[in-house]
Amino acid sequence: MTTTTTTITQEEQNNKHVTNDQTQQEIDQTAKMQAINVNVWFGQKHVLKSVNLTVKPNTVTAIIGPSGCGKSTFLRCFNRMHELAPNAKMTGKILLDCEDIYERKIDPVQIRRRVGMVFQKPNPFPTMSIYDNVAAGLKLTGTKNGKHLDDIVKRSLEQATLWDEVHEDLKKPGTSISGGQQQRLCIARAIALQPEVILMDEPCSALDPIATAKIEKLIIELKRNYAVVIVTHNMQQASRISDYTAFMYMGELIEFGETRQLFENPKVKLTENYITGAFG
Amino acid sequence: MKSPNKQQQIQKTTKSKVTGDNIFKILTTIIATSALIILLITGYTLVKGSIPVVQNFGVNFFFGQQWNPVEGREIYGILPYILGTLTTSGVALLIGVPLSLGIAIFLVEMAPKSLRVPISYIIELLAAVPSVIYGLWGLRVLRGWMVTYIETPLSKYLGWIPIFSGNPQGLDIFTAGVILAIMIIPTIASLSKEVLTAVPNSIREGAYSIGATKWEVTKRWVLSYGKSGIFAAIILGLGRAIGETMAVTMLIGNATGPSAMPTSLFQSGQTMASLIANGFTEATAGSLKYSTYLGVGLTLLIMSLVINVGAHLIMTRVFKVKGGAIEQ
Repeated sequence: MTTTTTTITQEEQNNKHVTNDQTQQEIDQTAKMQAINVNVWFGQKHVLKSVNLTVKPNTVTAIIGPSGCGKSTFLRCFNRMHELAPNAKMTGKILLDCEDIYERKIDPVQIRRRVGMVFQKPNPFPTMSIYDNVAAGLKLTGTKNGKHLDDIVKRSLEQATLWDEVHEDLKKPGTSISGGQQQRLCIARAIALQPEVILMDEPCSALDPIATAKIEKLIIELKRNYAVVIVTHNMQQASRISDYTAFMYMGELIEFGETRQLFENPKVKLTENYITGAFG
Repeated sequence: MKSPNKQQQIQKTTKSKVTGDNIFKILTTIIATSALIILLITGYTLVKGSIPVVQNFGVNFFFGQQWNPVEGREIYGILPYILGTLTTSGVALLIGVPLSLGIAIFLVEMAPKSLRVPISYIIELLAAVPSVIYGLWGLRVLRGWMVTYIETPLSKYLGWIPIFSGNPQGLDIFTAGVILAIMIIPTIASLSKEVLTAVPNSIREGAYSIGATKWEVTKRWVLSYGKSGIFAAIILGLGRAIGETMAVTMLIGNATGPSAMPTSLFQSGQTMASLIANGFTEATAGSLKYSTYLGVGLTLLIMSLVINVGAHLIMTRVFKVKGGAIEQ
């Protein structure tokens, strides 16, 4: 708190709290996913401070903010990936179809099948073929090799707009293709499980502009079937592909709204400063 | 006047530099080749020394079982010791590899940092314990445990299986194998730990993100990615087990002749290394017995080399490893 006061006035502080309060503290029945009062600590470090966010079905929600603002950590809360960090601690709720994914009875493995993830650096499995990369998740649930699996692999690669480029090389290692193709392979890997939500953690930051354009086009395609949450520090990207945008700063959600409104008419001065490039 | 002088100077310095470099190059070349030379000299000594015994007995030296050092009626066949070496090493790997991998997996995938560092350190420390100490501990402690808790029950209930037959005394192939297992655990565990640590975290995250459990991530991704490195670690452990002498000599019972054939785990045996350690000092130089021990030494050396070269071939052909990393 004290750190932000240097850049924003008291009035804006209040303003911000208003926005925070407006982004429902209560359950939104229409939301696909909803974060309520999420706090995360790594050891003693308080990295997320009472963050609220709603993800609507069949939309792309972008999370923007400067490096270290906690946006990746926040994203990882949505499929409980942050729990892999040994000293992570979290309070608050994250709802998937109005059900808290952090409830004791819920198995994170099941959540991760419903909420897929694509990482910053393309990470196809190097010991597996392209085919097996896509099929890996299904094989875990006991799907056997055969026509059914072939169909799912084909459909996933098609949805990831990769099929035409690799259909003759399905047996080659997942790491034998280009970086952009690898990232689309990772997207295919995620959608093979037919998740409900796809999380993307700066999926284009390791890619060249042409590969980036392809992925962006793909993300817009994906929202027909899934809700997509994407973390990016590329504001143009957020404005191009997202329907809703959240701006985070120093572990807090500063502003959340429709992308167009947030970029053209931000309510909070800090957001405006960030999107106009005053800092970041 | 000035410029040729300068040129000369430049020439001079470059020249002296070149000579210095040359000396350095020659020196390092000599040092590097000395390793090869030592191996060649060792091999030559062993080959030359073992010619008499091979001439005398032919293939029966390698495939015979008799051992009679009485002069005039001398007969030496080393098959029991070759098999003894393979059996003890096999037992060591069967017991040692799962334990080592378990340790490595625990340290890398499960243990909190507060446990990882001290346990890793202790395991590496185990490798520094002299083998005679393991031998002493084996004689005083392990032997008793083996007889009471493992060998007697096994021979009582599973004695109808040939490898568990016999009357357990504790100084046998099984005890020697177990002490070897303990001795190779530090090697295999700490190397495997390094291998697993080198598995990129992005692979684990990718696997978790498609709903893999910790066990599945370890089994299907981490171990699969590190398999060539783990294989190399196992081969190094095997190398240690094959050549290990002192502790084995103290625990294996040192049988000779046909009775040393490893037909049961619970009988006294002999490895090539323990055979040499037991008898070599008593053999007079130039005698047939002397030549026999050199022949055993040669066989042991060849066996170690074959395993290492074979492992290298498997790594390059099957795992397609070059320079320790999986080709991508």
